[in-house]
Amino acid sequence: MEMNRREFLQILAIASAGGFLLKNSSSYAANDATRMYDLPRYGNVSLMHITDSHAQLNPIYFREPEINLGIGAMNGLPPHLVGNALLKHFGVQSGTPEAHAYTSLNYVEAARNYGKVGGFAHLATLVKQIRASRPGSLLLDGGDTWQGTGQAMWSKGQDMIEACLELGVDVMTMHWECTYGAQRIKDVEEGILHGKMDVVAQNVKTTDFGDPVFKPYVIREINTIPVAIIGQAFPYSSIANPRYFVPDWSYGIQEENLQLTIDEARKKGAQVVVLLSHNGMDVDLKLASRVSGLDAIFGGHTHDGIPAPIAVKNRVGTTLVTNAGSNGKFLGVLDFEVKAGKVVSFQYKLLPVFANQLTEDKSMVALMQKHRAPYESKLSEKLAATEGLLYRRGNFNGSFDQLILDALMKEKDAPIAFSPGFRWGTSLLPGSAITMEDVLNQTAITYPTTTVTNMTGAQIKTVLEDVGDNLFNPDPYYQQGGDMVRVGGLEYTCEPGAAMGNRIQDMQLNGKPLDANKTYKVAGWAPVSEAARDKGGEPIWDLLARHLRNEKVVKVSTPNVPKLRGVAGNPGML
Amino acid sequence: MINMERRALLKTGGGIGLFALFSAVGLLKPGLAMADWNKSAFSAKNLDEALTAMGVNKPEVNDVFIQLTVPEIAENGAIVPVKVVSTYPNVERISILVEKNPNVLAANFIFPQGTEPMLTTRVKMGQTCSVIALVKADGKYYRSSKEVKVTAGGCGG
Repeated sequence: MEMNRREFLQILAIASAGGFLLKNSSSYAANDATRMYDLPRYGNVSLMHITDSHAQLNPIYFREPEINLGIGAMNGLPPHLVGNALLKHFGVQSGTPEAHAYTSLNYVEAARNYGKVGGFAHLATLVKQIRASRPGSLLLDGGDTWQGTGQAMWSKGQDMIEACLELGVDVMTMHWECTYGAQRIKDVEEGILHGKMDVVAQNVKTTDFGDPVFKPYVIREINTIPVAIIGQAFPYSSIANPRYFVPDWSYGIQEENLQLTIDEARKKGAQVVVLLSHNGMDVDLKLASRVSGLDAIFGGHTHDGIPAPIAVKNRVGTTLVTNAGSNGKFLGVLDFEVKAGKVVSFQYKLLPVFANQLTEDKSMVALMQKHRAPYESKLSEKLAATEGLLYRRGNFNGSFDQLILDALMKEKDAPIAFSPGFRWGTSLLPGSAITMEDVLNQTAITYPTTTVTNMTGAQIKTVLEDVGDNLFNPDPYYQQGGDMVRVGGLEYTCEPGAAMGNRIQDMQLNGKPLDANKTYKVAGWAPVSEAARDKGGEPIWDLLARHLRNEKVVKVSTPNVPKLRGVAGNPGML
Repeated sequence: MINMERRALLKTGGGIGLFALFSAVGLLKPGLAMADWNKSAFSAKNLDEALTAMGVNKPEVNDVFIQLTVPEIAENGAIVPVKVVSTYPNVERISILVEKNPNVLAANFIFPQGTEPMLTTRVKMGQTCSVIALVKADGKYYRSSKEVKVTAGGCGG
């Protein structure tokens, strides 16, 4: 649909008045809510799981990836399935609300039909409902909870900490939480969370003597059955994010220490042992094959909404590996039947949280309002409107990231721009206003400065190869999660299955091959070095907001993605 | 959770006492290491050269009797922690080699008889490559290796 700016703004005005953006519960079949949320009790040990909400307290739109390639042994296996391949693998019927929750198929129409997802007030209602049918059940939070919005950033996660207490989270582990600094986490753990919520991580040690920084695990009784919850923080907080936030902590996967921890928990009488993990799903799948004694891994980090657990065999038994998506879209529920000290059977559901199908929990609403009030006017400022769909998630680029790249190149007068391959960041439907809140939903980090760097062609290739290997290394233990750095201006070919050093090919700028020895001006943001922190610079959200105020209407351009080589037919792309 | 007693002990200088104690019973013998200094091995520019200089020929690979612990991805390439434990009887020497460093042999540890063959140290790494633990026990050589990735960082999550 072609329209001029005036027509567009008129439509937008109508849309905000409520007549255009459907709030259409009739898209749901009469029994959808019943079918999705009436979950009869099963077994005697139940654990609920949320992860990677990225501080999204309010319902949002979040488009799942259309490309999430699996390389080598991971090709064609969950989580590297998208669209119909994913639905088929898990037996999810297309055209259902669940199919919309798990895939990007027919996204805009489906999103208008089914409405927003997530929201802590809606999630709270669902948690209460599940808890009522499963007395004694626990709620686990896999981390990436305190970061992702302007409000969370300004309050150093205080809004989320209180919301999680209100929700009744029992045990948590972490990743982005670390970007508020080591002291903040310890203060919260020993302060407001003390006696209410345990922070666990077997793989965080002091850099000097290797002493544990957090409890490696806790044992809680569920219906008189001792259940151990071991924590696994994101293994690479000190590499993927600035080291200076956690200078005295050392991370890593710590496989051997995990085995010792499992054995210790079993010895202490735990009949069920689970890992609350922020490894990412590929790492969890490998880990599950190499350690023994875990009944399940509750996974996060890679934001994979996986409808059913993957059963992984190891030398002694089987471990169920789950991943519960992101942005508050899902609640995982794992029920175990435990008999004579052992898990004998299970049931798992990954429940999509559809805001239109769940009532709001009143006390959560009150808490959310309290935290939002001081920031309301700043967050709700309308900067521009978008003609097309804005989203981030996908291996190589998204339209929201392209917008950031365009803004960086224009404002910094640079021919090339880089933007980090974060997997958080919400989506905006065509015809939406873009508010300051939306900008911060893509950019709210504690090291937000924009940078301009002179790089040679050779250096640019090194950076792309380095990030490419973090994503496509055939051994998951050498991956860091996240997606490929988004690239503006520069065109290239990517061969994900090639070895490091050979993945990035045929780099071109304005139709000319990139010269390895020539220097190019590259704009970017989110530098991890101390030097960049000390140098300072404009935060990305101010730059993006200025760009949007000037643009007024965003004509969404096709995201600049590399040509792909060697992945034809891969079910990890549409 | 942090072992405050140990921290307090070391801070108040107890650590110096411990060091002196180890030296006194012969667990640390700097002089011995110097006597065994193998200049050509420590100057070797690649793995084969280093092994040849050490007089090692195709050491048997064993990941059971040698437990090599290194991070999968280095948090800081300048100080990569390495731990080696060997359960072979009569371990005489444990060497650490970094495949793609300008000087491949990073360290030689000599274990006097009766010493538990366990060590932790840190090595500097210029780039992603294999770290190799080479164990000499009862006059024979064995090896175990793991890849350590050295990355620029950023862009995660």
